[in-house]
Amino acid sequence: MINLTEVTKTFPDTTAPAVDRLSFNVEEGEVVVLVGPSGCGKTTTLKMINRLIEPTAGTITVAGRDILDMQAHELRRGIGYVIQQIGLFPHKTIGDNIATVPRLLGWDKLKTEERVRELVDLVQLSPELLKRYPGELSGGQRQRVGVARALAADPPVMLMDEPFGAVDPIVRANLQDELIALQHRVNKTIVLVTHDIDEAIKLGDRVAILSEGGHLEQYSSPADILRNPANEFVADFLGSDRGIKRLSLIPISAIQLDPGPILTRMATRAEAAEIMVRYNVDWAAIGDGTAVDGWFTAGDLQGHETLENVNTREFTIKLSPNDSLREALDAVITSQTAVAAVFDGDKYLGMATVDAISREIVQ
Amino acid sequence: MIVAQADQPFLRWDWVGRNLDELWAATQEHIILTTIAVGVGLAISLALSIVALRWRKTYTPITWVTGVLYAIPSLALFAFLVPITGLTRLTAEIGLISYTLLILIRNIVAGIDGVPEPVLEAARGMGYTRRRMFTDIQLPLAMPVIIAGVRIATVTTIGLVTITALIGQGGLGFFILRGMQFFSAIGTTQILAGTVLSVALAVTADIALLGLERLLTPWARRKAVV
Repeated sequence: MINLTEVTKTFPDTTAPAVDRLSFNVEEGEVVVLVGPSGCGKTTTLKMINRLIEPTAGTITVAGRDILDMQAHELRRGIGYVIQQIGLFPHKTIGDNIATVPRLLGWDKLKTEERVRELVDLVQLSPELLKRYPGELSGGQRQRVGVARALAADPPVMLMDEPFGAVDPIVRANLQDELIALQHRVNKTIVLVTHDIDEAIKLGDRVAILSEGGHLEQYSSPADILRNPANEFVADFLGSDRGIKRLSLIPISAIQLDPGPILTRMATRAEAAEIMVRYNVDWAAIGDGTAVDGWFTAGDLQGHETLENVNTREFTIKLSPNDSLREALDAVITSQTAVAAVFDGDKYLGMATVDAISREIVQ
Repeated sequence: MIVAQADQPFLRWDWVGRNLDELWAATQEHIILTTIAVGVGLAISLALSIVALRWRKTYTPITWVTGVLYAIPSLALFAFLVPITGLTRLTAEIGLISYTLLILIRNIVAGIDGVPEPVLEAARGMGYTRRRMFTDIQLPLAMPVIIAGVRIATVTTIGLVTITALIGQGGLGFFILRGMQFFSAIGTTQILAGTVLSVALAVTADIALLGLERLLTPWARRKAVV
């Protein structure tokens, strides 16, 4: 969908190129994140795709067409653009801001209005905001408007330059999740620039790691980059907590779950004591195959010969096989039972243990 | 003399009553002279500002030339123009217009320079052409600063119009000039009438333009209540 071949940019009055013979391609419907330290040319690269910066040499094609064959403003109307500072027009209402590109393209009024309502819904904004001005909105709301505005004319390609850099971490995490959900619905080809490797890993189908001068150090899926960093630069950039980062990309379903210390109601006090010793824990669960009632501690057994009438406690954290190993590890560390119980709906699947999680990372 | 003067009333309200029609006509003329001066001045300034913004190197020479125009004493300017264009409204307007240019150009350029860069980048990135960006984004956002300039230019011009009475095109300045030829309450009354009406006109115009600014920039008043 987007193809860069030997693209070079040398700014006037500088000798070293900001981007030096960079080549990569972006498939249709793919989210590619350009990431690297400041001065690596990631933003320059992004802005060359919509010709806010003209390349010095090399070829860029979008949907098979050389971008230099088009008028710059016509090229841009077909590419959604979101920037960190958002750049909403302060003198236009939210509705008018979102309608920007449809109006530039000369859509009729009804079609534009209908599209604006659709977009407000898509980015989960309240329609009451349409008559307000950007100055009246919160940072998170403005960012949603920025995304809606970029999507307005339904462009196949979106360019996003540090789109969540200016909002606080909690809002940022929400907006990232929303972008992922949004992308499932709209299926755009997205190129996103960030300096935050965690954001790159979370959002990218593929991640391009750039070093100073626009050198492409590695271009692959986040999981692959974390497992096999191409060189020392990449390994350094990923940081020493690379293993933990990988956890967030691997679903619980990838590991072998342990049945855990589980007994039926028929079991005796002696059997309970025995399984606790075997698992080296002071609790056990009561269940029958795929149904689990809950768990109890050794103390709860006081005065019971069998488990028939023992009171059980609920598992406070129930994970699903789609949750990541990072969440599983978090549950293991923070729960009293020192394991993470995994359920598929109501069906009990087993327990994720620290051993099983680390085995997955080490292999 | 002093005793005789003290006998006379300070103001001759009867003169005011007898000359209401003339006062009204002069006020209208004053308004017309000012409106033409600020209107044409604004059009010229807008054109020169576009040149200055498009070709940055021209900004210094433009402000230099308009600065010199602004610095020429008005009396000298009229003395210079009368032999060429005569005792006409054209002469008056040339002078009045040239005094508006510096203020207006500075404000237009400053207003447009003050438009935040991210707004421009977003506009470019979405496919605005240069011309459409100017009319649709830059000019509206510069409006508060431009109108601030128009307010100063208008108030200044209303004051200056009284000077153009010297070439017979003075609006309310006519009464001030004529009043100075009377050493009596009739004279004082005329000077005061011309002055008070001129000041009232300036205040009214300033308030009206402030209202216009409010009307044209509804976004500026509605800030976040977060």
